[in-house]
Amino acid sequence: MAHQSELIAEDIQAYLKSQEQKGLLRFITCGSVDDGKSTLIGRLLWDSKMIFEDQLAALSADSKRVGTQGENIDYALLLDGLQAEREQGITIDVAYRYFSTDKRKFIVADTPGHEQYTRNMVTGASTAQVAVILVDARKGLMTQTRRHSYLVSLVGIRRVVLAVNKMDLVDYSADRFEAICKEYQLFASGLGFKEITAIPISALEGDNVLHSSERTPWYDGPALLEHLETVQVEDSAASRPFRLPVQWVNRPDLDFRGFCGTIVSGTIRPGDAIVVSSSGQTSRVARIVTMGGDLPQAVAGQAVTLTLTDEIDISRGDLLAAPEQRPAQSDQLEAHLAWLHEQPLAPGRSYLLKTAAGSAPAQVRQVKHKIDVNTLQQQSAETLELNEVGLCQIAVSKSIAFDPYGDNEATGSFILIDRLSNATVAAGMIDRALSGKPSEGQRRLPLDKADRAALKGQQPKIVWFSAPLEETISELPQRLESRLHSLGRHTCLLDGETLRATLGGTLGDEAHLQRVAEVALLMIEAGLIVLVVATAPSAWVEQLAEDRCLAGELLNIKRGKAAVIDGATVVLSDQTASQAEQVEWLVENLPF
Amino acid sequence: MTHLEQLEAESIHIIREVAAEFENPVMLYSVGKDSAVMLHLARKAFYPARPPFPLMHVDTTWKFREMIEFRDRIVDEYGFDLLIHVNQEGVKQGIDPFVHGSALHTDVMKTEGLKQALDKYKFDAAFGGARRDEEKSRAKERIFSFRTASHRWDPKNQRPELWNIYNARVQPGESIRAFPLSNWTELDVWQYIHLENIPIVPLYLAKERPVVERDGMLILVDDDRLKLRPGEKVQTKSVRFRTLGCYPLTGAVESTAATLPEIIQEMLLTRTSERQGRLIDHDQSGSMEKKKQEGYF
Ligand SMILES: Nc1nc2c(ncn2[C@@H]2O[C@H](COP(=O)(O)OP(=O)(O)OP(=O)(O)O)[C@@H](O)[C@H]2O)c(=O)[nH]1
Ligand SMILES: [Mg+2]
Repeated sequence: MAHQSELIAEDIQAYLKSQEQKGLLRFITCGSVDDGKSTLIGRLLWDSKMIFEDQLAALSADSKRVGTQGENIDYALLLDGLQAEREQGITIDVAYRYFSTDKRKFIVADTPGHEQYTRNMVTGASTAQVAVILVDARKGLMTQTRRHSYLVSLVGIRRVVLAVNKMDLVDYSADRFEAICKEYQLFASGLGFKEITAIPISALEGDNVLHSSERTPWYDGPALLEHLETVQVEDSAASRPFRLPVQWVNRPDLDFRGFCGTIVSGTIRPGDAIVVSSSGQTSRVARIVTMGGDLPQAVAGQAVTLTLTDEIDISRGDLLAAPEQRPAQSDQLEAHLAWLHEQPLAPGRSYLLKTAAGSAPAQVRQVKHKIDVNTLQQQSAETLELNEVGLCQIAVSKSIAFDPYGDNEATGSFILIDRLSNATVAAGMIDRALSGKPSEGQRRLPLDKADRAALKGQQPKIVWFSAPLEETISELPQRLESRLHSLGRHTCLLDGETLRATLGGTLGDEAHLQRVAEVALLMIEAGLIVLVVATAPSAWVEQLAEDRCLAGELLNIKRGKAAVIDGATVVLSDQTASQAEQVEWLVENLPF
Repeated sequence: MTHLEQLEAESIHIIREVAAEFENPVMLYSVGKDSAVMLHLARKAFYPARPPFPLMHVDTTWKFREMIEFRDRIVDEYGFDLLIHVNQEGVKQGIDPFVHGSALHTDVMKTEGLKQALDKYKFDAAFGGARRDEEKSRAKERIFSFRTASHRWDPKNQRPELWNIYNARVQPGESIRAFPLSNWTELDVWQYIHLENIPIVPLYLAKERPVVERDGMLILVDDDRLKLRPGEKVQTKSVRFRTLGCYPLTGAVESTAATLPEIIQEMLLTRTSERQGRLIDHDQSGSMEKKKQEGYF
């Protein structure tokens, strides 16, 4: 529902015209648990009459049933739409809501305050232009307030609102407000914000939300909505160097070859020169093609199709750029990572690094330091845990084109994907290229398996065939090894039976398995992919994986009805006809 | 750029990403206004080529007749590949929304039908025209929304989605539902249809139509499967539909709005949400989340 306007009833055509010209502001609410983020947005929607009657009826029924405000309306329930959120009275995942005023359209992302769900807050923040950071007037700054502020600054948001909430519970005290503002200013001075607008509010009562409140006569600044309607957000993307990550090559017939993508910065006209980042080849723009006709010019934000004057090789993942202002190019990056997964960062492990258009395997070579969110101090660290942020050195398997995140968010950002679980594990913001290969000095001593494996361009791995090799798959390990070999992997095959003779054949089974395992572990230490053929109880293999290996480093191959991959357990289907097919399935689905 | 231009560009970006990253994507085409916009955006995304994926309509056999006529006309006009899937099991069981109610009908003909179709063709990505402003659990859903091999959505464990970099990785059997219109509102959709002159099913515009009043809703007498109950009579009223689905489950609103600006005006002045005319959302609070978890689009 849109806001109320006289024009709607009087002259709908005029109203529609006025709507077409409106700009869009994307903002988030964030801050610590229970500071009133969802309530604030609920109140905003309520007061600006963005709620339909049927939704209202549902809201008041829900408020009585699961609300936190007794018989009164619990505005947060307008936002907390998941069953689990209503039951617990907290926000778990970000909710997107839409509203508009005479001046602007808004997309607001209401993010969760709980530390556990920080990744969802980062999701909301990554596309926002302004952040409203809430603080409970009674409690003041909390760790989560600081963490969210830091993350907000890290993703490049430069304008924030410090909304000091629940002023009703501190008697609208000017002193309390001032004290919190002061403390926040002090903390945030290191965050590089351009503007911090502090507003005393009560989300519950509506003070200074839509209109200035009489209960804060000492405050003469704008109400929150007023501020959001007018806050300037720089849109400098159009004036920065031209960049277009190619998403799709459009070839309907032999005569047309177009390159589709969204212009992330700059301006382009037919005749302009471009360079292809990966090859360094240059050409000129022939046409800017859209369904509505060719354009004389296109700017940042537009999704277009370009044709060029020359036949040059361009594919998905290439970055088209202005030749006089080329992007940086490197396979060694220094970047800030925000770690978003329960499983900590495993340095040396191969993740998939995905940028605006392309992706490539990459390893975090080293965590240089992590950031203490309370003090913004740098601390030394070996790894990053869930919700931690650190500066990392990253080696990508191929050279990629990028700009520092501070110059260009679209070409300086990436995500890391776990190749086993496919989970998105980190958000990355590139600071700079590291010159050449990391020098001796930068490298950690002593060398570890990640270093050794990196030289081979692979992840060390134990592939343990723990089920007896029946007739139908008797050659599978050899075939798999041969296939991996052909893919350029460095491998070794260990046969438990053969080893029995040399590793002490008189030992009992368990002791023998233990020895085989030690040999395999030594081999992954050397960076190899080790295929072990030794019948063993599944529980034993899984224990070994847990005790001695990094996540995803040991794969336990079993047999079953259907082919599935469940964490470290890989079940081969009895149904699959040939061993060749089994091998292909394994190579396709496992992160070798 | 105006906000509609920004939304358009974002949607085109999403559509291209899906086409590039998945082996076997499909666009679910429900024939409604959101689908009309999505289709239009897909044409823009790949112009002058045709969209590199088929359309699929999960037909419950209870759609308005005008929807089916419109669908066939559009597909013809633009030369799309259209797959039509009907849950034959459900047909055999004689599922009838008038008899079995909305919940069972939707579950069998729509949710099950959709799952069958996705499994049959092994699609690894399916576009849907859902918007976040439609409903409170949709407001929480990612643009690339991950589904397990059994088509389940886990709302408590969604992948983080940063910037416009989408994680498109799935294991065999798993899939992604992609929602290019996530950030559009109902008003945006209508305004865009108006601006771009996008064809829509005429049922959205008011006209004299035969209806019966039943359970507080105006049901269109679309074919002879609607049997009058005692006391009911067919009336001719000027009505239109805010959303389109199965005719026995979709209530009409009385209206004289026969042009796009008029329906936009009516929409802006109305005090109820568009989903109110849909029986399935009312069954229970939180019902949409449950349906979605089970694989409803
Ligand atoms: N008295 C008073 N209570 C408030 C105010 N704002 C919010 N609350 C109450 O504080 C509690 C938490 O509010 P929410 O809006 O759910 O807080 P939140 O920040 O969204 O919490 P999470 O999303 O879980 O981090 C609820 O019981 C609200 O009713 C306020 O201005 N005054
Ligand atoms: Mg909340």
